[in-house]
Parts: sequence; structure tokens; C-alpha cells
Amino acid sequence: MTHPVSLRAIAAAAALFGGLTVAQAQETIFYSTQLRPIEEATKVREVLLKGIPGKTTYVVDEPPAFAVRMKAETQAGKRTASVVGALHGELQPHVPADLQPVDDVAAKLTDRGIPASLMDLGKLGTGQQQYIPWMQATYVMVANKQALQYLPAGADVNTLTYAQLQQWGKNIVDKTGQRRLGFPAGPTGLLPRFFQGYFYPSFTGGVVTTFKSPDAEAGWNALKDLWAVSNPNSTNYNFMQEPLLSGEVWIAWDHIARVKEALTLQPDQFVAFPAPAGPKGRGYMPVIAGLAIPKDAPNRAGAVAVIEHLTKPETQLATAAEVGFFPVVKAELPSDLAPGIKALAGAVAATQNAKDALVSLLPVGLGAKGGEFNKVYMDSFQRIVLRNEPVKDVLEAQAKVLDTLMKETGAPCWAPDKPSQGACPVQ
Amino acid sequence: MPARTSWIPYALIAPSVVFLSALFLVPLVQTVWLSFSAGEGLSLENYQRMAGDLNFALAIKNTFLLTLVVVPLQVVLALGMATMVTKLDKGRDLVLWVLTIPLGISDLAAGLAWLALLQNTGYLNSALYALGLIQGPTGWLSQETPVALFFAIVLAELWRATAIVLVILIAGLQLIPKEFAEAAEIFGAKPWTRFTRITLPLLKPSLQSALILRTVLAFEVFAVVYALGGRNFPVLAGEAYVWQNDNQNYGVAAAYAVLIMAISLAATALYLRVMRTRPEQLP
Repeated sequence: MTHPVSLRAIAAAAALFGGLTVAQAQETIFYSTQLRPIEEATKVREVLLKGIPGKTTYVVDEPPAFAVRMKAETQAGKRTASVVGALHGELQPHVPADLQPVDDVAAKLTDRGIPASLMDLGKLGTGQQQYIPWMQATYVMVANKQALQYLPAGADVNTLTYAQLQQWGKNIVDKTGQRRLGFPAGPTGLLPRFFQGYFYPSFTGGVVTTFKSPDAEAGWNALKDLWAVSNPNSTNYNFMQEPLLSGEVWIAWDHIARVKEALTLQPDQFVAFPAPAGPKGRGYMPVIAGLAIPKDAPNRAGAVAVIEHLTKPETQLATAAEVGFFPVVKAELPSDLAPGIKALAGAVAATQNAKDALVSLLPVGLGAKGGEFNKVYMDSFQRIVLRNEPVKDVLEAQAKVLDTLMKETGAPCWAPDKPSQGACPVQ
Repeated sequence: MPARTSWIPYALIAPSVVFLSALFLVPLVQTVWLSFSAGEGLSLENYQRMAGDLNFALAIKNTFLLTLVVVPLQVVLALGMATMVTKLDKGRDLVLWVLTIPLGISDLAAGLAWLALLQNTGYLNSALYALGLIQGPTGWLSQETPVALFFAIVLAELWRATAIVLVILIAGLQLIPKEFAEAAEIFGAKPWTRFTRITLPLLKPSLQSALILRTVLAFEVFAVVYALGGRNFPVLAGEAYVWQNDNQNYGVAAAYAVLIMAISLAATALYLRVMRTRPEQLP
């Protein structure tokens, strides 16, 4: 008597699992390294992903775990995520092993007005489209309106130079006795990005090749002067919104996500504007997040639907309003946008459209050595600016470390450095 | 019956031995191995990078300085507190409970609490400003005020970790028979003489445990320093964290971990030797 029962049980189980497989096929797993904090992830689930046919599950992960999982799923031959969202540099290492080309999706989206330069970035140096640009952010400067009265004569915040910024900080010191210029130089602050995307490009026109050039020396000397009028607590700051809100700092540079709160909470108190320009231009680092489809995605149709939905102008505007990442498509920001977000959007647009803008990309091809790459710049900063060691000696010593690192990883140059054959050289 | 009892102790300690090997010895061996492996085969590369790093000498200096200042202060404070508490007739439990509150607070939480007190916009600054003692917010925890930062860390560490020494010493004091002190009193010994000639020598085993525990923990100090000073005050455990977390170089982080272990072992060996207690000296 047990025999028929067990057969029936097996049949029932098979039906159940079969049903599950079908249910899973309809579900689209959207796996992302972006919009991770719980408030942002909730916005994605409850606002931004609304209106997509079928069930979309939004899963987030830290960047290192993302890289491991992508590789592991490829090796296991079992893919769970159908669409992935990550930064340009985080997607780069997964070409070509873990991602499939999305030229067909790109063709469908031609009417969205994504700028050709951004689309080209999405090819990740290959002949085919590897990801579709999703949203963008960058770094801006924010100032308390109280500081504006101390601007040096003839200076305009939207076309500021590093010399004017220094003079501005100095004027404030002279008048108020306080050093009110601030940088996120704390343990988890993004100061390394300032060196790679702003300071080095602006002063030397490069990031790696020009590391110890005479231009770099001049730049570091200018930075020492800038630091002399900067708040001594800068080495404790991680996010600049807190010192801005407390009034401890009046002028700050940081990622827009890390100053957003100051602008949204007190939009009347702060202004946002592009980072300063140096002798070689106005270096700036766009942060591009893209959407890609992994190899063997279980639900490609669902993935395409997610990409189409997220790149709609209205979704892009909702993204800006809800999480403060700005559109990659042509979309007029509505007049009812929160004033703080509007101020940030204005600063991002002013940066992109500046005549002297000099794009500096996030480092790519460094893999797990990204941390040590940042360390080269932070160690130089610590030795030159904080410990007052001779600029030339420090740059010579750190250039050796940088050169070894580039050779070890074999990372070719990225903009604004000139393209290189093989590892990016330190000249 | 004897046959049965012979294996019972082994069976009883077996789970903890297995537990320790799995969660302590295996990671320990792995860490040592990791610290010596770089590229192909064994090498000292990680140790060279560690020693060549710009924060290495500073981290060694800071860690030792902090240990040398904090541990003796804690022992003296705890001795004073313990002697007082044992003299109390009423409310002893309440006093002990209040004194040991910091034991229940995590290192990082303690560091953040002191940060809230001492930072530019903190309570201390606000209070001093309200009293008209300072012109405006004064920074004590910045890279430009290393002495003030050091004292802030010492203060926070004293507050946080003196209680553990206190608990050990109180336990030790309770083991000392009252008769010794009473006999000394009959012979006319003054309180200070009784303390130095009877209490302190008999407290040596407890002092030894407290010193070993606190010194080892002081060499591993991290969360309080990180909360108050970020990277303005490099210490060994903090450097290990930075190499592992920010620089993503597990080899150098492991080298730091092995160095901290070696220093801790050396300190323990030193205490065991210097503060050796013969069986006949036990109370």
C-alpha cells in the first residue's frame, strides 16, 4: 500500500516544483550595488519599479560581494539575477565572461536621448553595448550662503578657480578667525576621489602618467595653501552634510549623495556649484551607474522590461526626486522638484556644461587593488600636506609605488590620461 | 568505577577543545600562513610592506604609549575603587553595579559617547562656551591637536575598561582571609602597612590576571580610537583594519595581526615571569 502513496507524493512534489520553476521564470531578479541603504532600496521597490509587468525582486549587495556572486554564478552555470545595476567600474571586470551584449536593447532605446558619449562608455571598450546607462551622479561644492559675502572680488561660484577658492577661504579666516573650508578626509570620506577626479586632472591634465610631473608639484604646493585655510577637523569628516548643517563648515566638496541632506533640509541656507578649475581645466568625475544583463539570465524579457522602465523620462525624474541620482536621458526637471534637489541638479548641469570641463573617469582595471591605488594618493596627501615632507621626495617615492601597482594589475590608462598600450605608465 | 571516571573529564572538556580548535586555532594558523604568503611561495613581503608603511612606526609608538599610560592608571584606580567597595557596609551592591556599567557597553558605543562629549559641537564645548570660558567651538580631536586627542582617548579608555580590572581585584580581595589583617592590626600595623605588606602581596595572582588581560586588550585597542580620532591617531589594530578593509590587502593585514599577537604573547610571558607566585604565597 505504501508504493502508490509514495508515487503520488513524488508526482505532487514534481508538480509543486514544476510550478515553482514556472513562477520563478516569471519573476525578474534585479541585483544591484547601487541604492543599497534601506530607505533608498524601499523607494526602488515601492516607487521606481512600479508599473513593470510581472514580479520584479530588488536585491542589493556590497560591491565586493557583487563581484564574487557574479563570478560564482558563471562558474556554477546557474544564474539567478536577470538584470544587474552597478557602477561603470564595477561592471568592467565582468566583460566578457559574465555579461551578455545588449545592442538590441540599446536599439530600442534610441528615442530616449541618452548622450552618445554615455552610451559609448557602456561599451566598456568593446565593440558591443555591455550596459545601458541608468543614472548618474558626481561631486559638487556646497556653500553656506553666509560665506558668499567673502567671495574674492570678481569671482563667480560657477566658474571658480582653485586660487579663488583659496582666497575665499583665506578671506573667511581673516574676517571670522575660523577655518570654514571643509573636505571629507575622514576614514570613509571620499577624498581619494578628489585627488583622482578633481585635483590631479585640474592641475596636471592626467591622473597616473602625470603623477610626479612639475605640474603635480605646483599643484601640491597650492593644495598646502588651501589646507592652511581648511578646517582642521577635515581629517575626521566622512560625509560633509553634517559639518555643513552644524555650521562648522561653510564651503565643502563632496559626492552629491553625501551633501544631499544639507540641501534638502535647508535649501534656503545653501548653494551648490561646480568644483573649481585649475591650470589644465575643470576636472570632474562623473559617476555612471549602468544596467546590464548577465550571461544566461533566466528571464531576459523581464530584464529588458526593467531596463526600458527605468530609462523612461518619468522614471528617471522620479529617481532624481526620490534618491538624488540624476537622469542619463533627456528629461526636463519639473518645476515642482524639491528645491534642494534642484540646486544639486543645477550644479551637476553647470559642471557638465562648463567650457573647461575635463572628464576624469573612475579608475578601471585595478580589481582588488583599488584600495591600494587610493592609498597612493592619500599617503602622498598625508606626507606632503599633513606632515609637511618635501613635495618632490614624496612624489618620487609614491610614484614608484604607483608604478609597481599599475604594472601588477596591467591596468591601461583611462581618461584624462592618454590611452596606453598595456599598463598605464608613470612618467 | 575508577575506569569510568578516567575518561569523564576528557569528555567534558572535549566540546570546548573542538570549539577552540575550529574557531581559534584554525584561523590563527591561517592568519600566520596568510601573513607569510605573497605571490608564489613564502616570503616576508607582507612584513616588509608593513614595516615600510608611513603609519607603521607611529602606530607602534601610539599603541605602546597608550598601553603604558592607560594600564597602570587603570590598575591604580581599580585598586582604590576595590578597596573602597570592600569597606562599604551598606549599598555595596549598588555602588558596584554603578561602577561596572561601562562593562556592558560596547567599545564603539563608548567611543561614540565620548565623541558626543568632546567634539567641536559636543556637550563639553557647549558647556564651556555657555560659561564663557572659550570663544567658540574648540577642536580637541583633530590631527593638529595630537596631545589633546591622546588625552581624550586615555580618558575614554579609562572610563570604559577600568571596571574589568575592578571586578577581578574585588574577587581577589574577597579571597584574602580577614584574619591576616586582624592579626597585623593587633601587632599595631598602620592601614598603609597592612595594605602594602598583606593585601598587595596576597592580591598578586589577581593583579597578574588583571594586568595580563588589560595589557593584551590595550594592545588591541581600536574602536575607541577609531571613533574619537579616525585615522588621526594610528594604532596597530586600526592599521590592520585599514589594510584589510580599505586597502583590501589581506596579507599585510595578517602581518599586523601576527605582530599584535607576538607583542601580546611577549607581554603575557613577561607578566607570568615577573609576577610569579609560589604556591606557599597563596592566601
